[in-house]
Amino acid sequence: MRALEPWVVEPLQTFLAESSARLILLMTTSGQVVAQHGFARSFEVMTAAALGSAIVASTEELARLMGAPRFGAVVHGGSRLSCMLAAFGTPRGRWIGLVVFGPETSIGLVQLFFDRMVEELVGAAPRQAAAPPIRAENFERELNASLKELFGR
Amino acid sequence: MSPANAALVRVTQVPGVRGSLLISATDGLVVAERLMDGIDGRAVAALAASLVQRLSRAAIGAGMRIPTFVHLRGNEGSVLAAPGQNDLVLVALTGLDANLGLARLEMLDAVGRLN
Repeated sequence: MRALEPWVVEPLQTFLAESSARLILLMTTSGQVVAQHGFARSFEVMTAAALGSAIVASTEELARLMGAPRFGAVVHGGSRLSCMLAAFGTPRGRWIGLVVFGPETSIGLVQLFFDRMVEELVGAAPRQAAAPPIRAENFERELNASLKELFGR
Repeated sequence: MSPANAALVRVTQVPGVRGSLLISATDGLVVAERLMDGIDGRAVAALAASLVQRLSRAAIGAGMRIPTFVHLRGNEGSVLAAPGQNDLVLVALTGLDANLGLARLEMLDAVGRLN
């Protein structure tokens, strides 16, 4: 488990223990990584964060076009591994959770404990203004800084 | 009324039953529900499906057949589950005063009709 903010660790560990999920990545909607568990290389995290935030942006735009409220979660069910992607509001801005899980658990359990983790994160988040969106010219520097902190290199 | 809702109505008419759900065993999601206020159907579905799945694996591991009925008794009531075909499980939540025998009969009959 690696996290940029220490108050994220406990809710994340509880979620992992209760849901039996294999991987989790928490990021901001701009793709900045907040915490991760299970990824071995920074390249994988960088790719997953970029793809995850892009998928959420696409589905939210799709919902807007359809005149529907935001989708709660996007789930890709697979025979060996499945993936859930869900965005949620926190006092630190809008975040995205990407969860990968296997047949040893179920989407019902993952969603149940994910929602509880979100409640815990919202409760534990320090009450200060959300970070401003990252500007394009600073994106790569910010991303590299967070990956360096998460992977220690 | 759909067959799923008919099954739920039959089970919830048993005295002491606080609610019933039809859930997907693999996904742990609610297919249909008929619950008293204050009962979190989503949580019941996820946890009951996990329970049934694990018990089924344990039974198979022990060389037995998949259970046809599961009764989890707690201090304030019981969770009853009747796995059916097509990955569906009929679940009922009961109080201490429930007629468990009748609930069991109704659930087995109802889940049999769903198959």
